[in-house]
Amino acid sequence: MVKRTLAEKLAILSDAAKYDASCASSGGERRDSRDGKGLGSSGGSGICHAYAPDGRCISLLKILMTNFCIYECAYCINRASSRVERARFSVEEVVRLTVEFYRRNYIEGLFLSSGIIRSPDDTMADMVRIARTLREVEGFRGYIHLKTIPSASRELIDEAGRWADRLSINVEMPTEASLADYAPEKSAQGIRKAMAEVRLRREASREGPTFRGKRPARFAPAGQSTQVIVGADAACDRTILTQSSTLYASYGLSRVYYSAFSPIPDPAKALPLKPPPLMREHRLYQADWLLRFYGFGVEEIGGSSGMLDLDIDPKTAWALRHRERFPVDVNRGSREELLRVPGFGTKTVGRILAARRRGAVRYEHLKAMGAVLKKAQAFIVAGGWSPHGLLEAERLRARFAPAPEQLALF
Amino acid sequence: MRAVVLPEVETVPAWRRAARALAAEGVPADAVLWSVGEATADLFAGGEQAGAPPRTPGYLDQEEGGTSRAARPRLPRAAIDTIESALCHSDPERFARAYRLVLRLSSGAVAWGDRSDRDVRTVLAHAKAVGRDIHKMHAFVRFREVPGGGTRRAFAAWFEPEHPCVERATPFFARRFGDMDWVIATPRVTARFEAGALRFEATRAGMRPPEDATEELWRTYYASIFNPARVMVKAMCAEMPRKYWKNLPEAALIPELVRGAETRVRAMAAAAPAPVAPPRAEKLRAAARALLAEAEPVDAAGRLAREIGACARCGLCGPATQAVPGEGPAHAALMVVGEQPGDREDLAGRPFVGPAGQVLRAEAAQAGLDLGAAWLTNAVKHFKFAPRGKRRIHQRPDAGEVEACRWWLDLERALVRPRLAVALGATAAGALTGRGGDLLRRRGGIEAAPDGTPVLVTVHPSRLLRLPDRARAEEERARFREDLARAARAVA
Repeated sequence: MVKRTLAEKLAILSDAAKYDASCASSGGERRDSRDGKGLGSSGGSGICHAYAPDGRCISLLKILMTNFCIYECAYCINRASSRVERARFSVEEVVRLTVEFYRRNYIEGLFLSSGIIRSPDDTMADMVRIARTLREVEGFRGYIHLKTIPSASRELIDEAGRWADRLSINVEMPTEASLADYAPEKSAQGIRKAMAEVRLRREASREGPTFRGKRPARFAPAGQSTQVIVGADAACDRTILTQSSTLYASYGLSRVYYSAFSPIPDPAKALPLKPPPLMREHRLYQADWLLRFYGFGVEEIGGSSGMLDLDIDPKTAWALRHRERFPVDVNRGSREELLRVPGFGTKTVGRILAARRRGAVRYEHLKAMGAVLKKAQAFIVAGGWSPHGLLEAERLRARFAPAPEQLALF
Repeated sequence: MRAVVLPEVETVPAWRRAARALAAEGVPADAVLWSVGEATADLFAGGEQAGAPPRTPGYLDQEEGGTSRAARPRLPRAAIDTIESALCHSDPERFARAYRLVLRLSSGAVAWGDRSDRDVRTVLAHAKAVGRDIHKMHAFVRFREVPGGGTRRAFAAWFEPEHPCVERATPFFARRFGDMDWVIATPRVTARFEAGALRFEATRAGMRPPEDATEELWRTYYASIFNPARVMVKAMCAEMPRKYWKNLPEAALIPELVRGAETRVRAMAAAAPAPVAPPRAEKLRAAARALLAEAEPVDAAGRLAREIGACARCGLCGPATQAVPGEGPAHAALMVVGEQPGDREDLAGRPFVGPAGQVLRAEAAQAGLDLGAAWLTNAVKHFKFAPRGKRRIHQRPDAGEVEACRWWLDLERALVRPRLAVALGATAAGALTGRGGDLLRRRGGIEAAPDGTPVLVTVHPSRLLRLPDRARAEEERARFREDLARAARAVA
């Protein structure tokens, strides 16, 4: 095989990595290099150093160690039967790229994934070596996210969690059956067991409480995350969200990423011809937030079809179906009730509750508190405001949905 | 009218000193004219030397020589930090507004955080704008390597922030790039970090450092990580506004990437799937199958555990992590049967490792019952739960699920053939004897399973964890211990 230059390898192995949506570099341990003995800092909120024209942020150097793979996952550009160009980085090359990019302030750190070569253990061992070299030889204190290979040995996962800030294992599909169809070598149970293992290790690694009473985990301090591909199989949104809420409850995940299945070069026959609308991905994220921060249950989100409304956000859609629970009085409603008002976010609700202690909240103050009044006005009562007939109006939905488009004549 | 000219470098500390002195004198807000001028024209430099490290924001609470206690403004810490952040805004009115707000806050005319007040609102909005500008500076500064003097590598960058926020933004770089020397030059102020010390000076000549070789690799990465199938230029521009593009090496690629995207997507759609997989792929898949094939278990217990692991006789296998089969010596005299695995058991794949398991183990040790010699299992092999945020709430298995799982319990009993089974709780009692009710009256008694195996019925140890009354809990624990002791005697 021809010897590829570093630039050629980088082009191939970053092209192969772009279908993983995760980009977070936040949370985890606070580290810095103020002592002059190492490089980098992390902790607190992450930074997006650039944005690609696909609207996604570039925060980490997201690459595969290799795109050679012995698995045949239908949705993946790197599956064994794909005719893409293949390449492989050496440990030193990944370390060098990470450090040099980091020193120029291009990135927050490294997100390393890989195709499965030879065996899961061999692949994982090489990835762990990269993370260890960065930490021990280069004194790197930036962010490291390692993708774990589900069937890799316990010792390797153990070491991976020691060097990395975050570990992730993709569940890939919304149901066990579609995983079996699309990724015959992967096992849903194997993936769940690996996530359970990470949770147990994180809990075992928590040491004495800090002055704020928290007990930070030393093992994968920024937690674990996963990704599910949307629109490749026939699963509806409620199935997807049900899986997410089970995953959040079971393994303490920091995030579930939803990745609308994207057309790839040299597609497999099993894939649908058309990708799902990107709006579906967006609505799923909104619903995910409602589940985690707004006290919604899975059964409350989405209509009878189990799909989210693409035209309006899931919270407004819920409010329109439950008009009997509105209007909510901004000066009397509980936190739970306020959180259900479209156009009110968690911060706005916090500010409203704080302001109520000083006096009555008036309608004109709400904007400064961060409320989106165009959405909220029909659903609230505030000092100087009552929605009158707005809430009952037949055309209320039309105020939120995009205007119907006339079909093109030509 | 008083005129205060603040220096261009270290403007905020100079404002702080001036404001403190003016407030002490009782000068009203509308009697001061603020401006930024030459770097040295600090009328109030007084006791503090230029270049001294910025003081902590607690400054307004500190005792100052010559300032009477009554005249000293007192502000909440959060207010001070936000006001100082808003002072890094480019609005020329910012100094006057901040001084006015300090006076009004300390006199109690307005409460900090009251968004219905115009000054508070503006200061909050400015602080937010400055925070965003600082965040964008942290994101978009691009260093280029330049020849260094000693052992430390040296880097330089040119950046144009929207607001004069360099002094507030650059300590971040000192924490992050502690082992290298760097310079960030902006149109007015330059930050210099050499040998671990950060200092600021007026920018002499606005110059960009020359490009270095790694920049081409970065552009390669930027172009390759872009997915042409999902072009969202608006989303990109919202987060990476065009005003920053001129100093970003990768931004020059954007027009070409956007123009070429449609052609690339059309080419992907036109490329038909390969009619047959290349022969290499079949070989690789055979390798994968060989690799993933698990070794055949050597004993009957191992085979049974594997079968249980693959069970889908009811719906519980969906959300649970794994089935938890029984474990212990193959021909144990005693079999202990619980209800179902809990959260910990589900994660670890082993029975009785959670809180209730610990109670059982502790009480068994006290009662002289050797659990290491017993077969530990559950009536139902998968964890039944309802997700609640970050926790799983235990749900009692229903009759259908217990019945479906009895298949495995019977196989375990056939395998182990215990002389005595201990049923912990109603579910286990039901699965073993066929009758689950009336538990508290039956506890401590030995009954018979349909096949004649003696079954000692007692409560589930999780019950002992739930009793709120301490005396009652102690009593219950003692009774539980007695039941276990009875089991120990029965198999001795």
